[in-house]
Amino acid sequence: MPYGVPDPTAALTDRLIMDQIGRGSRVLDLGCGDGRLLCRLRDEVECSVQGIELDHRGVVESITKGMPVIQADLDEGLDEIPEHSFDFAVLSQTLQQVRHPQNLLQRMLRVATRAVVLVPNYGHWRIRVQILLHGRAPVTGSLPYDWYNTPNLHFMSMLDFRDLCQQMKIRIVREIPIIHGQAAIGAWGANVRADSALYVLERQE
Amino acid sequence: MASEIAQPETTDAKSVGIVQTQYVTLFEPPHPLTLEGGQQLGPITVAYETYGELTPERDNAIYVCHALTGDAHVAGKHSVDSRKFGWWDGLVGPGKALDTNRYFVICANVLGGCQGTTGPSCRNPATGQPYGLRFPFITVGDMVEVHAALVRHLGIETLLGIVGGSLGGMQVLDWVARYPEMARSAICLASAAKLSAQGIAFNAVGRRAITADPQYQNGDYYGDEPAKYGEVGPRFGLALARMVAHITYLSEASIERKFGRDLQHSDHLAYDLQRETEFKIESYLHYQGKRFIERFDANSYLYLTRAMDYFDLTQRYGSLQKALGRTNARFLITSYHTDWLFPSSQSKEIVTALVETRRHVTYLELESVFGHDSFLIEIEQLEELVTPLLLETYRRIRDV
Repeated sequence: MPYGVPDPTAALTDRLIMDQIGRGSRVLDLGCGDGRLLCRLRDEVECSVQGIELDHRGVVESITKGMPVIQADLDEGLDEIPEHSFDFAVLSQTLQQVRHPQNLLQRMLRVATRAVVLVPNYGHWRIRVQILLHGRAPVTGSLPYDWYNTPNLHFMSMLDFRDLCQQMKIRIVREIPIIHGQAAIGAWGANVRADSALYVLERQE
Repeated sequence: MASEIAQPETTDAKSVGIVQTQYVTLFEPPHPLTLEGGQQLGPITVAYETYGELTPERDNAIYVCHALTGDAHVAGKHSVDSRKFGWWDGLVGPGKALDTNRYFVICANVLGGCQGTTGPSCRNPATGQPYGLRFPFITVGDMVEVHAALVRHLGIETLLGIVGGSLGGMQVLDWVARYPEMARSAICLASAAKLSAQGIAFNAVGRRAITADPQYQNGDYYGDEPAKYGEVGPRFGLALARMVAHITYLSEASIERKFGRDLQHSDHLAYDLQRETEFKIESYLHYQGKRFIERFDANSYLYLTRAMDYFDLTQRYGSLQKALGRTNARFLITSYHTDWLFPSSQSKEIVTALVETRRHVTYLELESVFGHDSFLIEIEQLEELVTPLLLETYRRIRDV
């Protein structure tokens, strides 16, 4: 499963994620790809970082950048990662690709105090229109896959994600819809207009 | 402990060429080494080889720790006519992962070994007799003390890297625990922070095979005249020890693939118990045993396997976190999914401790059919990881 698939808005989302993370934090990046975000977190925010990546090429590229990376399948439970060992666990555009998103969210909030999760929003109007008018599985700029080759196993909207958090007793510390490549906190009609959304999560005490 | 099941190809063109083993005497009176077991030992002769050039800054040295039955001869050949390359020639040489055009690579035979460094087969300078069982008890930590002394003797304070697999990996871990400042990177392959009970069990069988051989003679089998290995002593016991151990270095899949149930001499079964090597796998193990006794000392085998049994960083430091949490070395840990002697769970235990103590760690469980021996065979797979790790580590210290 190719975690960390190329993302056209990578620069923006990297920036957004970094803004959620305090200087000098201990950060785990799940599905770190080629280690790009880890590198920026270390060099620009002085974080102590650790990556996890399944794709072999991504692991080698991370090593080449000098980033520590553990090769592991996010669906296998992250057993090597001790509990409460990170301030932040980051999961960018990957939650919809794992087989058991609930388990992963739970595990993230066990190894880290806060989770920063970027998820696509399948409630976007363009997706609704494609299904409604054309009767076909949606293919859009931010979801450039056909149904038979998409790495995305789960399709949820912002509303769905909020429901899941409530059900799992996870507190949403911050919700940032991303509309036309811009962060739009508190924007009207976000569930219709946002391509994706960034969440900062923590356990409900 | 390389098996012959698949030897990586190697050619003169990509080799470091002709190399020579060098010798140095350390821990001379009045400065003997105080061993972990409490006894003192000195002087200690160390057999070592080096490849490449040390920079004026002395910042490009990489130390290779060999496994149980390895030696200082990692790369190149000892003579033009020799057909035998060093045991890790695929990894060490010009343009290779341990690039001798760039790095200064050191490897020494371990303390207690029998390939030139002081061990039980050497003559005790105080008595003129071979040590035999009078050689003091040694540990992995004692081996590392001698390695570290050699490094200092070569005028090197900090190593760019320490690399090793299996017992060599144990030395890597012990080294960074013992001298946290001494290494910039630590590469630990198919190894563990402690030998498993299963590992101790196999070692016990090997030792019993040796000591039960009538020719063992309580370790005093050397005779008065210097003899070649394989001519005196518990030949059958040592060969048997090697046969058992050799199975643990392979995997069910690799044995099946190479030998299956093939017969050695005939197309049909002989129905004859006297035929000792009827199946190909039997013949192969006998051959391995025979080859082994021509190059290894039985007493060394006892001492080194015992050192391996005793290795336990958790016990020594209170926890793995305490043992490994003080070094800033960058770790590369690998395990192999077919390795049942040093299973991945043991590498993961190291990784967990390193993550918990915020160390820099990269870990992969690699795919290979070759079991524990994979680290000696799957050179390209290792090269892909080791090359960028060393390059980046070196670039970083040079930039600062």
